[in-house]
Amino acid sequence: MGVELILFYVAAAVAVAAAALVVTRLNASHALIYLVVSLLAIAVMFYLLGAPFAAALEVVIYAGAIVVLFLFVVMMLNLGRRTVERERRWLEPRGWIGPAILAAILFVEMMYAIVGNAVPTASEGVGPKAVGIALFQEYLLAVELAAILLLAALVGAYHLGRRYLSDRREEDAA
Amino acid sequence: MTAVAVPLEHVLFVAAVLFLIGFVGVLVRRNVIFLLMSLEIMMNACGLAFVAAGARWGQPDGQIMFMLILALAAAEVAVALALVLQLERRFASLDIDTASELNG
Repeated sequence: MGVELILFYVAAAVAVAAAALVVTRLNASHALIYLVVSLLAIAVMFYLLGAPFAAALEVVIYAGAIVVLFLFVVMMLNLGRRTVERERRWLEPRGWIGPAILAAILFVEMMYAIVGNAVPTASEGVGPKAVGIALFQEYLLAVELAAILLLAALVGAYHLGRRYLSDRREEDAA
Repeated sequence: MTAVAVPLEHVLFVAAVLFLIGFVGVLVRRNVIFLLMSLEIMMNACGLAFVAAGARWGQPDGQIMFMLILALAAAEVAVALALVLQLERRFASLDIDTASELNG
């Protein structure tokens, strides 16, 4: 067992543990920090699987942009001790134990479907060049559709957020 | 560029665990922000499965699917966080159940 294989399993353990901590935290800011850790661990796994470009995108866009967006909103909402107390009330065992058991059953079924054909992943990675060529030849239509989706999201987020800001400004003036 | 020959089913195992953690989070949490974070975890698990499958066959398609997931996640987060601001503004609460009163 090579040292890189051990690295992979360590990264996998970190990703799973951090994800579990994200779901169980009471404070949104703490959960976001664990989310960053989980995303970085997944980026390490991408790199070890021979996908350095995906790893870079994971760090730059997910950990760098999406989580920062979350952080901005959490800071704008100014969630304090009051919300932590409320989260504690909402997270009682009778609320989460049912979904957790049902999800565990699904997990066992999925593992049963996967187990039995252990094939190793390829020993040579897929570089950014191959990804770029495929992205702008075979998947050009998908790139265009993603661009349209992002434009729609931009307009939608602007529309929804603008009303929030203008309401607040009127409130301040009054 | 060399990659580690991790058994594919181990990667799928990790992806399934991550997906289920996110899934339980979506079912259990009531705070919208935590719901969105759980969705991010689930989408990352999907991306991990795609990248692992791409590495298994030595094809770039898996990474391209991951990039499309990335674009989807960015769009989803932008719109959803704007909706979170509206929810907080109108109901002074981040409880997802208050949104059941939405109409028109």
